[in-house]
Amino acid sequence: MGDVFRALADPTRRALLDELQERDGQTLFELCTRLIQRHGVGSSRQAVSQHLEVLEQAGLVRTRREGRYKFHHLDTSPLRAIVERWRLDTEEGPCGSP
Amino acid sequence: MRITLTSVLVDDQDKALRFYTEVLGFVKRTEVPLGEHRWLTVVSPEAPDGVELVLEPDGHPAARPFKEALVADGIPYTSFTVADVHAETARLKALGVRFTQEPLEMGPVITAVFDDTCGNLLQIASAPAA
Repeated sequence: MGDVFRALADPTRRALLDELQERDGQTLFELCTRLIQRHGVGSSRQAVSQHLEVLEQAGLVRTRREGRYKFHHLDTSPLRAIVERWRLDTEEGPCGSP
Repeated sequence: MRITLTSVLVDDQDKALRFYTEVLGFVKRTEVPLGEHRWLTVVSPEAPDGVELVLEPDGHPAARPFKEALVADGIPYTSFTVADVHAETARLKALGVRFTQEPLEMGPVITAVFDDTCGNLLQIASAPAA
């Protein structure tokens, strides 16, 4: 599995995850359209495809082939490793909880 | 010089004629036998003298790999204009049409993408308000 931290370090890749969170299961065409229209990212289709590959290697994106179509899905499970390594503060703060 | 034709590469002209007329609602304009295939065009009933869409056989060996690559990436071959993308999407879905992109609002324009059953994806887009 690729590096989750490296995958998240790029703003275009974070934008791709944002868009997949809004609507899961998108074609490359839809993701490219969203990047251009909503994020002003005019990357080439090949560049977006490579970003998706990095996300897929990190386990953050899964691709699903359905017949002749290919859809991209968000998988946030690799993020769990982050909060397991560095616990999230509870609402009361680190010293407030019983 | 004027643009009066555009074309879409289809895997079967009979099937394409059915889909483009019975499902999409276009009407046949020209049908002329031409060797093994036909010169076959449809027009929109909203613009019967407007641009004709040629339903062109995709028999050239380069055509199918090209079409398959576009479909795999979700890229529509061409785009048609409709008044209401949401309503048209609902109408086409009721007829069994498969969408690869649900209606998506992009500023003033809404688009959706579906399969023409002849090897292509097609986009419908709303005309931005004048």
